[in-house]
Amino acid sequence: MENQDKQHVLSFTQLGMVLAILLVLTGVTVGVSYIDMGFFNIPIALAIACTKVTFVLLFFMHLKYEGRVINISFISTVLVLVILIGFTFWDVAYR
Amino acid sequence: MTATQSFYHNSSPPGRTGIMSWLLTHDHKRLGIMYFGAVCFWFVLAMFLGLLLRTELMTQGRTIMGAEAYNATFTLHGVIMIFLFVIPGIPAIFGNFFLPIQLGTDDVFFPRLNLFSWYLFMFGGLFAIISLFVGDGFPDTGWTFYVPFSVQNSANVGLTVTAAFILGMSSMLTGLNFVTTFHRMRDKSMGLMQIPLFTWSLYATAWVQILATPVISITFILILLERFFSIGLFDPDKGGDPLLYQHLFWMYSHPAVYVMILPGMGVISEIIPVFSRKSIFGYKAIVWSSMAIAIAGSLVWAHHMFTSGMSDVSVFVFSLLTYLVAIPSAVKVFSWVSTLYKGSIEMTPPLLLSLIFIYLFSIGGLTGLVLGAAGTNIHVHDTQFVVAHFHFVMFGGTGFAFFAAMHFWWPKMFGVMYRFKPAYIGAVLTGVGFVFHYVPMLILGMQGMPRRYYDYLPQYETGNFLAGFGGYLLIIGMVTMFVNLLLSFKQRIPAPVDPWGGTTLEWTVPSPPPVHNFMNKPHVEDYPYDFTKVTERFQKTGK
Repeated sequence: MENQDKQHVLSFTQLGMVLAILLVLTGVTVGVSYIDMGFFNIPIALAIACTKVTFVLLFFMHLKYEGRVINISFISTVLVLVILIGFTFWDVAYR
Repeated sequence: MTATQSFYHNSSPPGRTGIMSWLLTHDHKRLGIMYFGAVCFWFVLAMFLGLLLRTELMTQGRTIMGAEAYNATFTLHGVIMIFLFVIPGIPAIFGNFFLPIQLGTDDVFFPRLNLFSWYLFMFGGLFAIISLFVGDGFPDTGWTFYVPFSVQNSANVGLTVTAAFILGMSSMLTGLNFVTTFHRMRDKSMGLMQIPLFTWSLYATAWVQILATPVISITFILILLERFFSIGLFDPDKGGDPLLYQHLFWMYSHPAVYVMILPGMGVISEIIPVFSRKSIFGYKAIVWSSMAIAIAGSLVWAHHMFTSGMSDVSVFVFSLLTYLVAIPSAVKVFSWVSTLYKGSIEMTPPLLLSLIFIYLFSIGGLTGLVLGAAGTNIHVHDTQFVVAHFHFVMFGGTGFAFFAAMHFWWPKMFGVMYRFKPAYIGAVLTGVGFVFHYVPMLILGMQGMPRRYYDYLPQYETGNFLAGFGGYLLIIGMVTMFVNLLLSFKQRIPAPVDPWGGTTLEWTVPSPPPVHNFMNKPHVEDYPYDFTKVTERFQKTGK
């Protein structure tokens, strides 16, 4: 039985730090949008967005402190999304 | 155990009486019964619409309805059958009732969410009815709501799509509840490989419900946005892609086929060993094949689009992937047949219905291979062959599994036994009617008769007439089965705790079960399908 009864409470300091990081990264997103890096425009924007999402998931949504079942469940959802989008390219990329 | 101690006589939460004890219940068993009533209502309605369709097609030209009414009728038949019967049928009724009991617990993890899911199901159905009577006519897009027709036509597609959206929410929340209950509520002494196969199948299904349903929900919202704001997501003139809709739709709707069939396979996996008095062959293989079907079934959606104009590479890849699903499906069929081999078989209505299931589902699976192969698919695409294949899987498979589940668990749910002879007659009539109904459609499709056509060429008349005749036989068989079950309430032959000789936990609790399911802590066996004790009991007592 995979009961996860322990509660983990994040302090206001930790939450505040994560918030600050997210705000800084938002600023970076806006900043890099003014710089033309050619092919890298989209990958860099996506990389920053992914970093922000990771912070939200790990700390605001407590994934860092959850057990194996919750983590596997979450990763499964991401994998499904990757497959759904990725497999569409068998069509779009070869038309 | 007296009858007054059953869940029918004690409400959850306690203190509620009358209709409120049902409408505000948290009890998974009462919710299972409530789903039973609602789902059966929709099933009867959609079946009646299907019969109207086949009656119309029995002769060339107009028989009982015009072309527009025909289009609306097949749309309604599809939408109701898919979203209000086949998808919710087995999980919402038998899953709700038996999943917590098979896991040795007293309820699902989120009882209030379970009640909320039922209300969403009812509201979704209500929206579907309302959509018939407001706007500029019945929706006539087919259950697939393909663009650009669903975006451009004047019928009330918006409300029907909203109904399907709400029903999707209900399905998703039920899946969430089952996954959480599976992990967090099952008896502490029950390991993963001690869980009954019906519950395993519900678990695999629940994951598909959770992961795939959001895709269709978003897609339905996109249809609404297109209808009201003409954004152009699917319009090439505005940079959109009409095939995008088909990808999004089938990303959900093909996995949804496994939402429909997996619980049915779980039912059969319960029934076959009980009436073979023999441990199921390949327990672990069946568990893993359920998960494999759930995963592989989510990777094959574009085989519905082989003639849509997508790339040849895509056709090749998805055709190849489609064949993968056949492997775990075959693992299950071979395991059921191997379980029967040298078993001490006791024929009962649930077993007969299960055997019909195996036969019809196998035909459904094999005709699926014809459609999975890109070459033959192009020949029979969008013909009556597809309709017949789909019904062999969904009706011959899930429908017969539903009937088998009804006959298997009826004594436990309602505490009464039914007569066997009418059940056999009903099952045989339904099975024979089914074959008469759908085999002609397979042939018509091979001959080139398209699906969804109101009229046809003279050479197709004999086949269509036979299919209509089979349809009536099918209905007579089903009415016999349902009336026989309903008459059991009048005959009131009390059901014992374990009328069949089952080994899973639901056969250790009274019929019907008490409100908290177990009077004492459930005893979990090392292996859920060990019939040693049952056989010893039969040898000692003869029952």
